[in-house]
Amino acid sequence: MDTTTATPTLNYLNNGYGLKSWLLTKDHKRIALLYLWSITAFFFLGGFFALMIRLELLTPAADLVQPDTYNKLFTMHGVVMVFFFLIPSIPAVLGNFLLPIMVGAKDLAFPRINLLSWYIYVLGGLFTVAAALSGGVDTGWTFYAPYSTSASNSNVILAGVGIFITGFSSILTGLNFIVTVHRMRAPGLTWFRLPLFVWAHYATSLIMILGTPVIAITVLLVAVERGLHLGIFDPALGGDPILFQHLFWFYSHPAVYIMILPAMGVVAELVQAFSRKNIFGYTFVAFSSLAIAIIGFLVWGHHLFVAGQSTYAGLVFSIISMFVAIPSAVKVFNWTATIYKGSVSWDSPMLYAFGFIGLFTIGGLTGLFLATLGMDIHMHDTYFIIAHFHYVMVGGAIFGYLGGLHYWWPKITGRMYPEGWAKFAALNIFVGFNLTFGPQFLVGYLGMPRRYAMYSPEFQVWNVLSTAGATILGVGYLIPMIYFTWSLKNAPRAGANPWGARGLEWEIPSPPPTENFAVTPVVTEGTHQYAPSREVGIV
Amino acid sequence: MSGHVAPKSMYYAVFAALMVGTALTVLVAFYDLGPLNNVLMLGIAMTKAALVVLFFMHVRWSTRLTWVVAASGFVWLLILFGLTMMDYLTRGWVPGTWR
Amino acid sequence: MSDAPSSYQPPPVAIHPAPVAEHAHHPWLQHHFDNMEQQAEASTLGMWVFLVTEIMFFGGLFMAYLVYRHQSPSGFQEASHHLNIYWGAANTAILIVSSLTMALAVRAAQTSQPAKTQVGWLLATMGFGAAFLGIKAIEYYDKFRDHIVPGPYFQWEGQYPKPAEQFYSLYFAMTGLHALHMVIGLGIMTVIAVMAWRKTFDEEYYTPVEVAGLYWHFVDIVWIFLFPLLYLIGRHYHAG
Repeated sequence: MDTTTATPTLNYLNNGYGLKSWLLTKDHKRIALLYLWSITAFFFLGGFFALMIRLELLTPAADLVQPDTYNKLFTMHGVVMVFFFLIPSIPAVLGNFLLPIMVGAKDLAFPRINLLSWYIYVLGGLFTVAAALSGGVDTGWTFYAPYSTSASNSNVILAGVGIFITGFSSILTGLNFIVTVHRMRAPGLTWFRLPLFVWAHYATSLIMILGTPVIAITVLLVAVERGLHLGIFDPALGGDPILFQHLFWFYSHPAVYIMILPAMGVVAELVQAFSRKNIFGYTFVAFSSLAIAIIGFLVWGHHLFVAGQSTYAGLVFSIISMFVAIPSAVKVFNWTATIYKGSVSWDSPMLYAFGFIGLFTIGGLTGLFLATLGMDIHMHDTYFIIAHFHYVMVGGAIFGYLGGLHYWWPKITGRMYPEGWAKFAALNIFVGFNLTFGPQFLVGYLGMPRRYAMYSPEFQVWNVLSTAGATILGVGYLIPMIYFTWSLKNAPRAGANPWGARGLEWEIPSPPPTENFAVTPVVTEGTHQYAPSREVGIV
Repeated sequence: MSGHVAPKSMYYAVFAALMVGTALTVLVAFYDLGPLNNVLMLGIAMTKAALVVLFFMHVRWSTRLTWVVAASGFVWLLILFGLTMMDYLTRGWVPGTWR
Repeated sequence: MSDAPSSYQPPPVAIHPAPVAEHAHHPWLQHHFDNMEQQAEASTLGMWVFLVTEIMFFGGLFMAYLVYRHQSPSGFQEASHHLNIYWGAANTAILIVSSLTMALAVRAAQTSQPAKTQVGWLLATMGFGAAFLGIKAIEYYDKFRDHIVPGPYFQWEGQYPKPAEQFYSLYFAMTGLHALHMVIGLGIMTVIAVMAWRKTFDEEYYTPVEVAGLYWHFVDIVWIFLFPLLYLIGRHYHAG
């Protein structure tokens, strides 16, 4: 490992200084960093709303904030976290940075569209922040009609426009990824030699392309109905509120797979690198990403079980929702089989990977409880649901994001963060997370409803535990912020391959040069060969 | 790069077919053919769309990838329509329950 | 951070640098592509992927149409009769002609026709597109005049006022979104026409024309479905 502080060679970070060289960049690596900065800002904004929610829920009464304000808090928490953090996070930061390198290309297929997608994201974010600052939205992130279209007095249209705009950022990113993977792979890089990170992002991009436009038109219709009093979703005006839910969830269910698939791609990489072993069942894991993406489009009605959907439709959606668990299970089994008898190291990225595997499994299994029609009637709109999706979204997606950020940090920045602090933070986050959301399964099953500022007194002890956990979790999130920032100037420089891992990204310098590869690589075998290969000989 | 160059006559032929289809669909609308009205209307529209996609948009001579991409858009529409209408069409199918 | 175990040396990834070939750059080749062919393939694939998003975007409106027509078939039928079938049919024909001229514009660029020919076909396309929008404007004006614009001033004399208002909400949403796409299309055509005038396109490089053509044909296809669904519902009950 290179620990010298010698003057660095020309790389994408020092290739041009000044605001203009960053704000007008076409380099996918710089755009990834632009996203990193803005996504982190939104994460802490969403986290602030979460903190307020948990503070209010310390006591059964609505004493910290008014119920109306509480409604705005959980709405803004959801909107910011879903649309401005979770959906872009891994694809926009790690995907943008790594995808071209992993396929052996100089950049994505459409670099200027990539930059445009960031500006669109920021513009949408500004609209949403404006909605938050000028009174907030209180409909829930799900914007159900007719409350959102007619009865709410909050900034629905402003927030809706923000989400509409940001949707295009997602669409353009997905478009870029799909074309890049199809048309820009290096010579010899066949589909089945691609890293699983790439497969995961390709599948994610399919969802972005096919799903996002539907929520775009839906949110537009809500705004139109609200502004012009047309009867599209409001029954008082002759509309159908269940149609809104169908259209909304047609996107928003696959959206959760947009949030989790990239994290699964990260975990596949981490598990191989830190077990020094090829993934078990590469083909199965690759196809499972596609299966999740496709089947994920067929299950949205499980959000409408108690909404007024027909029983027959409920049955169909319930059965298909069981099936969508299968490819996820395939991944969990294959990651486990990869780790088994591998040479495991406990570096901080691997801690996040382990955390992911356990927590995602819990979250996923509780999803099966909810897919069971009869159970969902009892548990819908309770804290059980909240616990379920936070286990997959935080225990899953965010753990994957943090694991990936740690793993590729030396590549992105050329610096190695302090491992001791990283391990501490990972543990901190794990403990804080479970303390926050574990009790919520219990309290939800016992009947505590979601989206209420007050609750029945017998739930208080669990809520206090949950808030304590949230505090620990919050501290845990701050620690990496601090040492990552510190590492930029003060940590030892990292070499090209500090982990001894396999993959095209580890063959180029850290940080990489602007054009990634001095010469186009020609790939003659899978880019991840941890096992001794017959061609190369004994390791 | 040069893709497949089709003769101008092909474009004119497809154009003629599209105009005929339009005239046909207007004509058929004035006769009561029961459920056949909708079937014919949709069928003619889909044929016209297919002609535009295959010939004007060159999918006939494009890679299989292009074909798959174009088809997937329509398949996904069918998923949206199909599963949503499955709800609406089965309302009231299960007697003895609240729905 | 932990070093890799000292006894472990990762086998060299079998990557060999490809020989770098010096070749004359086409002036329109972007640096991250290897050659014009790759660039053209990426661009057309990119446009097709974008069109899939457009299919799903319009699809949401078609979904709403399906649900409401299923709910009030007679109401929709009655509402549809108030649309002028002749304007609708004329517009359909106009768009089909514009698709033809667009396809011929692409072909002209593809076969290195003189700039004048290319621009001619493109201007024809734009002319028909503008004619379409003109007729749409007339139709919209008629709706305003007859008080069948949904909202506080909506008046309906027929049997089914609520479904009629729903129908016209969808009518304005769907044809309005379509018209917006036409306007954007005219903007794109202007840019392409200017580039064509400057002799940019020939058989070596005509991708922007092709890609613009794909967009234009898509907008035509949307109308191919809009026309019968909006204008031709059960016309046999009300001749003309």
